Amino acid sequence: MNGLALLIPIALLLGLAGLGAFFWSVKSGQFEDMDGAAMRVLIDDEAPAEGPDE
Amino acid sequence: MNAPAPAAVAAERCATSQFSVPTLHCAGCIAKLEGGLAATPGVIDARVNFTAKRVRVTHLPELDTGAVRAAIARIGFPAEPFLGEADGAASRESRELVKALAVAGFAAMNVMLLSVSVWSGAEGATRQLFHWLSAMIALPAVAYAGRPFFRSAWAALRHGRTNMDVPISIGVVLACGLSLYETATGGHDAYFDGAVMLLFFLLAGRFLDSVMRARAQDSAGALLRQTAPGAQVLDKQNVPQWRAAEEVAPNMRMLVAAGDRLAADGVVESGTSSVDRSLITGESVPETVTAGSKVLAGTINMDGPLIVKVTAAGENTAIADIARLMEAAGGTKSRYVRIADRAARLYAPAVHSLAALSFLGWMLAGAGVHQAVLIAVAVLIITCPCALGLAVPVAQVVASGALMRAGVLIKDGSALERLAEADVALFDKTGTLTLGRPTPFDTLPLTAEEKPVALALARASRHPLSRALAAALEAEGIQAATLADMIEQPGLGIEGHVDGMRARLGRADWVGAEQPAEGAALSTGFVLGSAPARLLRFEDALRPDAETAVARLRSQGLAPAILSGDRAQAVAAIGHQLAVEATAELSPADKFAAIERLAASGRRVLMVGDGLNDGPALKAAHVSIAPSSASDVGQTAADLLFLGDRLMPVPVAIAAARRTMAVVRQNFALAIGYNVLAVPLAIAGYVTPLIAALAMSGSSLIVVANALRLRSAAR
Repeated sequence: MNGLALLIPIALLLGLAGLGAFFWSVKSGQFEDMDGAAMRVLIDDEAPAEGPDE
Repeated sequence: MNAPAPAAVAAERCATSQFSVPTLHCAGCIAKLEGGLAATPGVIDARVNFTAKRVRVTHLPELDTGAVRAAIARIGFPAEPFLGEADGAASRESRELVKALAVAGFAAMNVMLLSVSVWSGAEGATRQLFHWLSAMIALPAVAYAGRPFFRSAWAALRHGRTNMDVPISIGVVLACGLSLYETATGGHDAYFDGAVMLLFFLLAGRFLDSVMRARAQDSAGALLRQTAPGAQVLDKQNVPQWRAAEEVAPNMRMLVAAGDRLAADGVVESGTSSVDRSLITGESVPETVTAGSKVLAGTINMDGPLIVKVTAAGENTAIADIARLMEAAGGTKSRYVRIADRAARLYAPAVHSLAALSFLGWMLAGAGVHQAVLIAVAVLIITCPCALGLAVPVAQVVASGALMRAGVLIKDGSALERLAEADVALFDKTGTLTLGRPTPFDTLPLTAEEKPVALALARASRHPLSRALAAALEAEGIQAATLADMIEQPGLGIEGHVDGMRARLGRADWVGAEQPAEGAALSTGFVLGSAPARLLRFEDALRPDAETAVARLRSQGLAPAILSGDRAQAVAAIGHQLAVEATAELSPADKFAAIERLAASGRRVLMVGDGLNDGPALKAAHVSIAPSSASDVGQTAADLLFLGDRLMPVPVAIAAARRTMAVVRQNFALAIGYNVLAVPLAIAGYVTPLIAALAMSGSSLIVVANALRLRSAAR
């Protein structure tokens, strides 16, 4: 019973944290271009024009 | 990776344009396009959406859409401007639903975990605790995630109707209420798991549906963008004064400079020029106008200044008539009842009666109120249309993904249903069966020394044939010569000098070339010095696969025909080549009427067209497809868009739509079959929460698995 009293809240909190993360990512538009995201991994990031920022 | 836009400072005064770029294939294309655009002066940020094959460009307002498009073309991608819908109502709705879905999913997982413990034998205080915990998780989750259903059910009930959401809402609310009562009185069973699972599956269907649903676009707005915002009106002293389009009235005199769009219909009073009427008639070759010619609002004056006496302005112009026709046509299409709605209409009353009957039956059989309510709730929940709610949207989303990869974009969820039903295919000619841009007929009859001169002249003019000539010569790798004293003669052509020789590009009689016997419109003359004058002939070529596409349409049982606003001669040639019946010189209203006639005789018309003149027809047809190169109006009026130069996507989309509908019907059969099995168990009172949960998720998963077969539908 003691174990449960500790573990269940922890499980729920972790779940809620995941839910919060999902809400945030929806809000920031991360699901708008799923195929593109998979492609972008392959792009070299050495943007010649904007070099100084990085 | 996600570096902030370099000039975020100027963000407020930036314009955003969207372009559809069908030739994006790989990560390299993304990098090339984004990088190339970022290096273009005036462009602040460019972001490719690979899924939609679209790029959103943030740029300074000085740079207009055409310039951005040209920049994209220079990087090596043909692009077409894409209309608004940046953050429309539909995407807000999807976002709302995906949040509700996440909450329901979270609650379903946790409550299910607790329920499994109860089913596997938790007793006494532990069971009590788990039930209370379930209630604590489920009740807020239901309150949040159930809102889309409650709202819609309440709206339906208030108007004395019922829809699919009514049994869902009653089922969920009753299940929660009953479970709360059970929990408070220390009862054995709670149904929280059933309630949240139900919401989860239904929200999944609702979410997919909203992804597919039309992003309602304001086509009237798109049409207005095609007319000029205003005109230079001459007063009594012949001084031009800028007046907004609303203030232009009949009998005023407008001064229309070369390159300007006309703001009103009128008659040319003086001046010679050619007018690009493609917007209204679909005719791709500019028409020469002189004093006395009629000109229409929305057309573009190409060569020289004109003074036009206004005959009709504002609401009375030909273009406004088209807008009214489109509005009228839009109404007929919205009466179409989608399969899911038709199913829901039958389903909801049946479920209510079943639940009510089982309640009454058990009461009469002598069971207590408590047990009778329990069984009625079980019936409501188990018959609830999870699988039914998923049947249509899952199939549509999978099929539309497959079509998207094949280059077809679906703008409206019901478009696939309507496309599958189509039995007549009507094509516009220019821009639809043909590419809508002139290409040289055969090889150009120019010598090696004439080509650079011709290119230099062609580049200096905006005439479509000049552009076609320039494109063809550039494709050959010709370098333009440097010409002196270039002047454009309105209505005739363009002239320049090189090494003391006069070079002319323009009307055949002006350069001294022999007039062609037929099809004079698509030819232009060229002469250099004392060399013989050349006649350059062009044609608006058929799309490369038009013949195979039309043949496939025939084999699919659709009767193809051409409805064109173009000249009879040009249309007959194409009709002959494709061996289809062709009608020419139709006004937008004629096309609209032709479709109405077919519809009245019970045919379901697929209209394929692109121009503004096709707008009313596209709207009026049962279903419509436009190429992505279509005018704004064509794009908004059509249900589907196809990308690229090939016509094959049209029959492919039809095949995919038919397969989708087959899968939808199978899904309905599966969902109904499940109910036929499960409902007697529920009525008999054998349904424990475990069985309900298994049956519900099982049937939903089968429906989803069946729909996944559509991944290869677009062939």
